[in-house]
Amino acid sequence: MSYEFLQTLWFILIAVLWIGFFFLEGFDFGVGMLLPFLGKKDEERRAIINSIGSVWDGNEVWLLTAGGATFAAFPHWYATMFSGFYLALFLLLVGLILRGISFEYRSKDAAPAWRNRFDWMIAIGSFMSALLLGAAFANLARGVPINADMMFTGNLFTLLNPYGLLGGLTTVAIFLLHGANFLGLKLEGELRERVNAFAKKLWVVTTVLYIALGVFTYAAGFWARGIVNPGIVPIAAVTVLLVAGYFINQKMEGWSFIMVALNIVLTQVTFFSMTFPNVMLSTTNPAYSLTIYNASSSQYTLTVMSIVALIFVPIVLAYQGWTYYMFRKRISSDKKELVY
Amino acid sequence: MDLVTLSRLQFALTTIYHWLFVPLTLGMGWFVAFMQTRYYQTGDETWHKMSKFWGKLFLINFAIGVVTGIVQEFQFGMNWSEYSRYVGDIFGAPLAIEALLAFFMESTFLGIWVFGEGRVPQKVHLASIWLVAIGSNLSALWILLANGWMQHPVGYVINEANGRAELVNFFALISNPRGWIFFWHTISDGVLMAAMMLIAVSGYHIFRKQNVDLFKRSFVIGSVVGLIAGVLVFLGGHTMGQYMYETQPMKFAAIEAHWETSQPADFSIITIGDLSGKREVWSWRMPAVLSFLACNNFDCKVTGVYDIQAEYEAAYGPGDYIPLMVVTYWTFRIMMTFGFIMMGITAYFVWANLRGDITKAKWMKWTPALLILPYLANASGWILTEMGRQPWIVQGLLKVQDGVSPNLTTVDLLISLIGYTVVYGSLAVAMVKLMLKYAKAGPDAAMHESVDVAPTLVGADD
Repeated sequence: MSYEFLQTLWFILIAVLWIGFFFLEGFDFGVGMLLPFLGKKDEERRAIINSIGSVWDGNEVWLLTAGGATFAAFPHWYATMFSGFYLALFLLLVGLILRGISFEYRSKDAAPAWRNRFDWMIAIGSFMSALLLGAAFANLARGVPINADMMFTGNLFTLLNPYGLLGGLTTVAIFLLHGANFLGLKLEGELRERVNAFAKKLWVVTTVLYIALGVFTYAAGFWARGIVNPGIVPIAAVTVLLVAGYFINQKMEGWSFIMVALNIVLTQVTFFSMTFPNVMLSTTNPAYSLTIYNASSSQYTLTVMSIVALIFVPIVLAYQGWTYYMFRKRISSDKKELVY
Repeated sequence: MDLVTLSRLQFALTTIYHWLFVPLTLGMGWFVAFMQTRYYQTGDETWHKMSKFWGKLFLINFAIGVVTGIVQEFQFGMNWSEYSRYVGDIFGAPLAIEALLAFFMESTFLGIWVFGEGRVPQKVHLASIWLVAIGSNLSALWILLANGWMQHPVGYVINEANGRAELVNFFALISNPRGWIFFWHTISDGVLMAAMMLIAVSGYHIFRKQNVDLFKRSFVIGSVVGLIAGVLVFLGGHTMGQYMYETQPMKFAAIEAHWETSQPADFSIITIGDLSGKREVWSWRMPAVLSFLACNNFDCKVTGVYDIQAEYEAAYGPGDYIPLMVVTYWTFRIMMTFGFIMMGITAYFVWANLRGDITKAKWMKWTPALLILPYLANASGWILTEMGRQPWIVQGLLKVQDGVSPNLTTVDLLISLIGYTVVYGSLAVAMVKLMLKYAKAGPDAAMHESVDVAPTLVGADD
């Protein structure tokens, strides 16, 4: 396999890992943010947590794998992005730590104050994670200051530009909607009604933000700066989001979940094709941008990693898919049926 | 403090902290899987309760290992970007494979194990805890292969065009003896850690005459397995010492305060150095024992710190190639002494159990205090391994000061360092609180899928 083919393949694989992460952990983040607002009683909150209880940790591994794969396949991308977005990533880690530990610890003490504290930590941690991931991706689309030595020359405030913030908020909104749709599929009774009503309102906010982000992207010229024109993909992304609104109104939970999930996937496809073959655009000088060619590992390493991925990715997909099948039943907030 | 020092401090903090929890995860998974298998085979309710009780402690501990593990995966790029650029072609591969092979496995099947009882077939539920144990130990293998490469680089060339190390032989990387010996040392250490937890918590309950049958069983399992694991830890450590003598002679000499080359070499039992850590003031030594540790005979030559320093200066240019000896020397002695105490004490427990009824033994009262031993030994071992490699980040190839992220400021580092300290400190408080509560509450509470451990609270509204 040629070097160039391998570099493109690994770019696609990393894109797939991020897409998988946004699709899966997206609803986890949404569920987490909704938790203290939707769950009025302790059993309801537990039912909400249990909807993702058996899967959230596995979903988060998509992020770790994306990080690890970036390190292995594009060391310069990993080094520049992770050191450049230092404080943002630090806050992301704090968010992930707070919510991860809270899922496991919140029910291990019966004191209402203890549980309430951890429930809020889940919500805040999920919010921080969604906001920062969205802002980071928006900044990757926008471009960041990088010098000739592949070094990021900005700071945290460089990332806090209007486009980055809009990207962060839009991501929060989409994940909220995605989480609400997921809960609509997993819960039953009054709680299900409540979440469906919530989804209607969320859809309006999400659509407004999403369209604003799209318009900003075009107007500011962050569009198709690589060799690929995403063309119809973003149009399809908007369309499925609009269609989702119809299904949400019709209370067709399965279809609305699929539509928003598709929107997330198509948005990510748009993002990754917009800049390709660049992986980090430099606003200092386009010639300093990191590309799949100047940031990658050697051909030998890419070959080895391709073989490993070819064998193990299907296995992982199979057993992860199988867990969702195993736990496909709706979750009641009846205390007798809850697992703590 | 400068950027390099702060970055090192933060790496030390996050990594030592992570490693406080991981050994118990590595070892306890096997014990819980074994107990549940016995339950599956015999239907004996005591085994069931044991797997639930130790499983609860396993989970409380596991959670911290997971969340602090994310930091591990990110901080190479965040704080050590130049290191990441230099080694990414090699070091990134085992990390990515670790995530793909091990993290997915342990996290997915842990979800099935926690939420699946009564929902998935019993066989699947049993298989899932075995897969969790295998997954977490597999992750240890891959990260140790990665670390093994930093200690003893193999299968690489330096690409003159881009100035980085590149992989040319993947099989050399994954068969690096340094990684495998370390894996042996580490997983047996995890089992020993978990065995000590079994002993300490069981002793607490046996002394109070609570669930004596169940906890005696746990205590005996802990003692027998702990003894075996202790011997394996020792043999692994000894093998590693000899490998270190060949591949990292400076580290070997530094942990033994072996200043001058000698043949045969004597072993320092206690050495007092001066404040610089580079000169000896007084020592008490055993003749020829260091030669035995280095090469299994009492007569071989062991090169001393001063000669290696001179040799390195000739090879790598002027500089200080001697690790901070006061740290390497004493962490080694703490690790070794505590390791021997654990071997001795588990051997005594096994013997006492054969001789008579241990549940009435007076010393049972003190067994919870033993828990300090594995924790201190574990932390010391890693500090020794990493500090002994200084000033190198990759032995012989790249120095620590050249691996740091150059774009960061000391303010960035202070924010994250203080942030991690606060977050990790709070996690530790919550974790210790829960561990104590669940350990003291005993197996009946652990049997309830309950709102709280105290059975009176089950069903109570909150």
